[in-house]
Amino acid sequence: MLCMHPGKTSLAFIDGSRLITESLVRAGADTFIGYPITPANLLYLYATKRYPTMLAAPDEITTLQWMSGFAIAGHVPVTATSFPGYALMLESINMAAMFELPMVIVLVQRLGPATGTATCGAQGDLSLVHGTLSGGYTLPTFSPSNLNDCWDISAKALHTAIRLRTPVVLLTSKEMVMTLQAFDWSHLAEIETLKVKTFSGSDTYIPYKVDESLVPDFMPVSQNNHAVRLTASTHDTKGFLQNSTPEAIENTKRLEAKVTKHLQEYLLFDLDEQAGAQHLVVSYGISAQASREAVRQLRARGEKVSLLVAKTLLPVSRDYVDIANRYERVVVVEENLTGQLRQLLFGAAGRNGLSGVNAIARMISPSEIVDEVMRKF
Amino acid sequence: MNNVKFLTGGQLPFCKGCGHVAVAQNTEKALQKLDFNPLDVVLVTDIGCHGIVDKNFLTHNVHGLHGRSSALAAGISAGLSNPNKKVIVFTGDGGATIGMQHLVGGAHLGFDMTVVVHNNMLYGMTGGQPSEFTPCGFKTPTLPEGSTKSGYDICELMLAAGAAYVERVVGIGDFSDSLARAFSTKGFSLVEVMEICTSYGVKSNPGMKLPKLVEEAGWKVKVFTEAKQRLFQTPQNSNPTSLLSEKLEVEPKYSGAISKPVSIMLSGSAGEGVQLAAEFLARAAMLSGLYATKKGSYPVTVGVGYSAAEVIISHEPILYTGSPVPDILAITSADGLGYARAAAGRMKGGTLYIDQSLDIPQTGAETVVIPFREKVGAQNSSLYSVFYMVGSQHFFPMEALRDIFMANKISQRVSVDIFMQL
Repeated sequence: MLCMHPGKTSLAFIDGSRLITESLVRAGADTFIGYPITPANLLYLYATKRYPTMLAAPDEITTLQWMSGFAIAGHVPVTATSFPGYALMLESINMAAMFELPMVIVLVQRLGPATGTATCGAQGDLSLVHGTLSGGYTLPTFSPSNLNDCWDISAKALHTAIRLRTPVVLLTSKEMVMTLQAFDWSHLAEIETLKVKTFSGSDTYIPYKVDESLVPDFMPVSQNNHAVRLTASTHDTKGFLQNSTPEAIENTKRLEAKVTKHLQEYLLFDLDEQAGAQHLVVSYGISAQASREAVRQLRARGEKVSLLVAKTLLPVSRDYVDIANRYERVVVVEENLTGQLRQLLFGAAGRNGLSGVNAIARMISPSEIVDEVMRKF
Repeated sequence: MNNVKFLTGGQLPFCKGCGHVAVAQNTEKALQKLDFNPLDVVLVTDIGCHGIVDKNFLTHNVHGLHGRSSALAAGISAGLSNPNKKVIVFTGDGGATIGMQHLVGGAHLGFDMTVVVHNNMLYGMTGGQPSEFTPCGFKTPTLPEGSTKSGYDICELMLAAGAAYVERVVGIGDFSDSLARAFSTKGFSLVEVMEICTSYGVKSNPGMKLPKLVEEAGWKVKVFTEAKQRLFQTPQNSNPTSLLSEKLEVEPKYSGAISKPVSIMLSGSAGEGVQLAAEFLARAAMLSGLYATKKGSYPVTVGVGYSAAEVIISHEPILYTGSPVPDILAITSADGLGYARAAAGRMKGGTLYIDQSLDIPQTGAETVVIPFREKVGAQNSSLYSVFYMVGSQHFFPMEALRDIFMANKISQRVSVDIFMQL
């Protein structure tokens, strides 16, 4: 049973962690491996109740290594962490990307740098996630903007990990996963359970050979029919370590190509455009709700304003820039110091009419956004 | 014993005389003795000269990060849960140094796998730097005066950590029986193979003989432990149930009496029920047909310092869950006052409920002083503040709050009557 009372408003008092966990499991995740860290605590707690297998790892490097091992054995693992844990995972995430293993890392942002303030939310890790893979390769990255997204976007993140055989980041923050909210869940969509596509040919299995999808078929090491060869170092299609042969370099470049080739299949955003508006508010994650409220208030005052809420953050979609370029004024709202999404979209040079609403150590309020939209530029 | 090939037969990718050759050949022989087939075996290697041998093995091969092979293999072993598969790790003394946590953890938990440590007492791939396994007096190109400290005794460490089988061998000649004993052990086994690097170890320590070096270092060549019973069992939640249940729903029973959103901050001390009180307030609002959110704020310490919560109640769905300037503020302790003083200062109206033991902060709110702590005790003071504000602000009927309270187990030890008397 999914909907308790289909077609009828029914309010549950619920946090985002619960929806994220349930969604990931329904989408096909079967293993959670975690190391405790605030503010990802609820995701860990719910994992103990919901995943078929839940393991407590002794540190975050081990977490990613165990996850990779489980994925090699044919499972689809999930973890949840915050910046300090993600930092430890970094090299192993690179390894998992080179192995082409499906997994989801829920990154619950908190105030940094370093250990910062564990119990204070933030949106300070987008740049880090963007630069996770050495060489400029991309981890598909999603960010839920409300509780409904915690359901829909989490499933999309897991499905993307499975379909593209890649680690995927679900970038969220403390208040999204811990704040309890009255939530009408009568309309939650059913979630399809996906499995990793395995090799079914009778010829020799070549681990990194691809068709036009650019995604290689998977074989777990649990079977005895085909030799599996996975290599974190630069390798050819057979998985043999190579220095930098043309075949091996093409195989590495394919890691980026497969992620960008399928972007339209997992590009999700809300675009609420108002005819005649010259102002666009852009936001994501926890700041999206303040942005929605600000736009509501502005329109109630008779102001014309549009809103773009990005849910697929990486790869950076050209669509976002094209939408923004239809507007004279663009205000990017995010809870960090320097405007990380703003820089990803528009670079260091920015553009005319571009500004940001930024804050650290507190949530951005709708009134700040209203003020910035109304400010004479 | 079978004679199935585990190695491709090509030349192994090592320097002439390197002990890694003997490890590869003895591994093949041990697996043949145990009648394994290549695809029964998952060989996990990592970074170091030893690791590049994986291209010569006909097994499943996973080539990971420096020193992490033991953790990666543990994940594979736990993920497989297949007693017919043999998971083998090849690592070096450098990998064992950087990945010591994984070895200790693997032995402690009893993952079903065998680690073969190729200990040539230095980092060979990067130019011959000393590792934590370099013995006292041993010279390397970057330490020509010789090491002044002793190296790890990995076998003793694994013994203490609880490995099922541990043995040290000198990597010369036939040691396949030792490897076979380790491979056939259920649980975590480790064999340390002593070697000397022909490129850096021999040149830096001319005339040094491996067996004598091992003896002088105090490293015993022996079986340290065998046939221990410690085998990791991958936990299986046989009946995971949905996290979504009707118990999370709050069916309206009363009617709220607000026409615009109200933001309420409770600020008190950890351990004095602030978060519970805030949750009761939000649930009672929902029981009255209202929308509600509840956001907690607290330091990283548990049970010490302030504890605060922001509750918003509204007749319409709530988008923004923050409340920088509360309409109602209840402060029930000195910790709470310390945290909420700034919020009180931002209030230009509304109501501040504050315990009578506290000084009155600067605020534009109407201030109401109540002996919360004196009347119901510190532990219940925050709950009392919620009952008090609902009783005086009339957001919704008191019965809603009472119902929520009575449905919670706290009602079995605290009488609701003490809160209902305003």
